[in-house]
Amino acid sequence: MALLLPAAVVVFGVVLYPVIRTFVVSLYDVNSPMAGAYPFVGLHNYTRVFQDSGFYPVLGHTLYFTLVSTFAELTLGIAVALLLNAPLKARWLWRSIVVLPWALPTIVNGALWRWIYNGQYGALNGVLDSLGISHTPHQWLGSPFLALNMVILADVWKNTSIVVFFILAGLQTIPADLYEAARMDGAGAWKAFWRVTLPLLAPSIAVVLILRTIEAFKVFDIIYVMTGGGPASGTQTIAFYTYLQAFSNQLFGYGAALAYLIVIAVFVLAMAYLRILRQGQMAGVE
Amino acid sequence: MRPGTRYLVLIHVAAVVMAVVVLAPFAWLVVSSISPSTELLSSHPHWIPQHPTLSRYRQIFSSAPGSDDVAANFRLAMGNSLIVATATTLISLAVGTVGGYAFARLRFRFRRTALFSFLAIYMLPPIALVIPLYLALANLGLLDTKTGLVVTYCSIVTPFCLWTMSNYYLSMPPDLEEAARVDGCTRLGALVRVILPLARPGLLTTGMFGFLLAWDEFLYSLIFTSTTNAKTIPVAIAEFTGKYSSDFGLIAAGGVLAAAPPLLLALLFQRYIVGGLTSGAVKG
Repeated sequence: MALLLPAAVVVFGVVLYPVIRTFVVSLYDVNSPMAGAYPFVGLHNYTRVFQDSGFYPVLGHTLYFTLVSTFAELTLGIAVALLLNAPLKARWLWRSIVVLPWALPTIVNGALWRWIYNGQYGALNGVLDSLGISHTPHQWLGSPFLALNMVILADVWKNTSIVVFFILAGLQTIPADLYEAARMDGAGAWKAFWRVTLPLLAPSIAVVLILRTIEAFKVFDIIYVMTGGGPASGTQTIAFYTYLQAFSNQLFGYGAALAYLIVIAVFVLAMAYLRILRQGQMAGVE
Repeated sequence: MRPGTRYLVLIHVAAVVMAVVVLAPFAWLVVSSISPSTELLSSHPHWIPQHPTLSRYRQIFSSAPGSDDVAANFRLAMGNSLIVATATTLISLAVGTVGGYAFARLRFRFRRTALFSFLAIYMLPPIALVIPLYLALANLGLLDTKTGLVVTYCSIVTPFCLWTMSNYYLSMPPDLEEAARVDGCTRLGALVRVILPLARPGLLTTGMFGFLLAWDEFLYSLIFTSTTNAKTIPVAIAEFTGKYSSDFGLIAAGGVLAAAPPLLLALLFQRYIVGGLTSGAVKG
């Protein structure tokens, strides 16, 4: 037990107080960073979330961001992982290329894509113009729904990378004789993919799905640097909205309640994740 | 069955397409960092700069520190990031290595609960902790200090190290340390003398992931730092992007420098990533 002590001190020494303190703050109407006596409001900050007409669009953006980015990353990730698992020449080279976006810092990725999307000087308009696809410059981050999709594209470009490596790890646990058997049964490549690869990848897919969903649900950094939540609040997500309520509007009590709602959502997802991990271990699929 | 030529051509074409999609934005980042402003702000992008210049890199590395000089700020922020991420990695790896061993080899009450609570902390959104942490750091006089950042970052990186190292130990045969114990080693002695030398690949990979986590962190640094005393490179870049979005050349040069350490690490450890992922939960 003494072996665990240093880690426990380093982690819980820092985290325990804020976890409790945030919950306490969420029960009070705290509206300034100063210490002082604030009125106790019970669960009012939580019920207020659902009466807040500004919250529903934000929830919508978050769910849209989460669903679209996770789905795109997963589909693309499986495709690229299958490609990297195929008999390519210089396999290490392709794998080294795929790992790069994952290692690129999130903020640098956001700043880079913001520049690529720039309406006047951006590379995206330049490429479309050079290829003769479109000669009128587009303001990619200029209208709310388009901007949300463009932020998702930048996120997918970066985060598909780690999905590929998760799926690749799963692919390498599939025994080759299963494919042999499928071929004996007369299954083509397509059928083998649906009958052998996909079912056996299920634990890896579940793990990556939940981890990506958790990350997407907490998304903040890329929004902050690419759009600042705009235009017209069109790219505000829950984490970003929470940040604004607490640090721009000084509604710390309300912000704390919003933060706890994110915590609850993340916890539900994390429980599902742990369950799958445990089942995977029992089935001998690590 | 040997794969047919058509199939081989097809997968190589697909690989090249994939490589172009991945590499083009990186190339544009580098090109932008060495293009003069007049070329960056021309009506049509110059894919290859006509008059490439390293002036921005020179500016970042040599300009005198001053509160308003963005280039100097980038350099100081890089230094802060290096110190904070390295210190965080070393501390987290040390306590995580020892703690992970306890989870892998000892049987004690609430073992699973303890492991899950570490994992739960790792998954907490920073936005949920940032307000009270800010106030606590203010009381301790640790706002806008590298120490304050290291203390908070360790609470994220340690659970990660604990989890991956514990999984790594589980994949090692227990016979060796049992032999060492029979020879009179204590638990800690067996860990340090027998296990750790064998666990080196696991240690290095875990350290690499931990460093990347700390290097990438944004929200805590955004809220806790205000000057070049502790500001990290992601915050410096985000700030500058918001203020002078048209001077992308300098942002690009800062971005290239900020991306260099994690990209190099990822390339060095590329072959361990698949193994690391199968054994532990890596931030996706």
